[in-house]
Amino acid sequence: MNFKKQLKDGLITQNPVLVQVLGMCSTMAITTSISNGVGMGISVLIILTLSNIFISLLRKIIPNEVRIACYIVVIAGFVTIVDLCLQAFFPEIAKSLGVFIPLIVVNCIVLGRAEAFASKNSVAAAAVDGICQGIGYTVVLVIMCTVRELLGAGTLMGIQIMPKSYTPALMLVLPVGGFLCLGTLIAVMQWALAKSEKKAAEKNEKEGE
Amino acid sequence: MSVTTLLAISLGAILTNNFIFAQFLGICPFLGVSKKSDTAIGMGLAVTFVMGIASAVCFGVNKLLVALGLGYMQTVAFILVIAGLVQFIEMFLKKSMPSLYTALGVYLPLITTNCAVLGVVLLNVQNDYNFIASVVYGITGGLGFLLAIYLFSTIRERVQFADYPKCFEGFPIALITAGLIALAFMGFSGLQVWPV
Repeated sequence: MNFKKQLKDGLITQNPVLVQVLGMCSTMAITTSISNGVGMGISVLIILTLSNIFISLLRKIIPNEVRIACYIVVIAGFVTIVDLCLQAFFPEIAKSLGVFIPLIVVNCIVLGRAEAFASKNSVAAAAVDGICQGIGYTVVLVIMCTVRELLGAGTLMGIQIMPKSYTPALMLVLPVGGFLCLGTLIAVMQWALAKSEKKAAEKNEKEGE
Repeated sequence: MSVTTLLAISLGAILTNNFIFAQFLGICPFLGVSKKSDTAIGMGLAVTFVMGIASAVCFGVNKLLVALGLGYMQTVAFILVIAGLVQFIEMFLKKSMPSLYTALGVYLPLITTNCAVLGVVLLNVQNDYNFIASVVYGITGGLGFLLAIYLFSTIRERVQFADYPKCFEGFPIALITAGLIALAFMGFSGLQVWPV
């Protein structure tokens, strides 16, 4: 059990969105304001953790041939619970996220982690993995929201931040902005990862000498 | 529901409210299967087929659930119907069209987790479409997906040879390309030929 390493994996080296490139639809669609991003991020975090725990518990019972169908049913159950809770307690967020809450069922992050991690590891490790990957996803959403809301509307959490003379780049809150923003973000991530790899390789070389 | 409404729904699903470029549904297969234009067309057709049938079947399932007072089971029931349908199509293709089956490969079972399919079913319920409108929306939504993935794959075949910074290799350049197509598709917004 290595919490620190799993957190680093979730945030950077195995970030679900920027490195594994999973769950793109929701990442681009709902990141137009910070409240949306945080709401979606936390919903996914909860569903991911619960489904990871549950699938890890059931991993010895579920027959291998029908495992994907079983995972989807487990995930769909948790998504329905979260969907109903959001509608009851946060109707505004539920309304602005709309169809993307039930669509968490087919979010590749949840199914991907179930298949790649929860089905092979202990309950505690799966729970930690769910939390870490969820945090990684939420952080990316918040970064995207900040850029798009600040530059696209000139506000943050609905409060005017940019000076009045700033003309909002409306394009960024439109679908186009989602594609461009995520593309640039992944490019930055690839650049940073390549750089740190190069550094590590150089260090290894020096030690070798 | 009149013919003009159906035409308006179709136009919206294909151009103004394209599933990929305006609603962000089905991005994963869109990026995953768009490296070659012939597989892109196969994928687009398979998705169109599943979306049409899923819309029709789920319309009935939803009526049944509402009649039984089980409206909250929608998501679970729909995903099961879709998973079953995809499994059925897979078996059918394997028997009768093995060449298309091998061309689609792993992406065929992955249609289950294509959010455009579940998305169109949920949107049908949300918009309160009747049976015909649901099926039309499903099929035309699929055609919109087909148009998007085909356009994108042809551009992507050329982008391969372009000169761009190394860190943009792979997904970033694909996303930026898609963004530019989305920008072009924005030109269709507000297009209204038939009054709703």
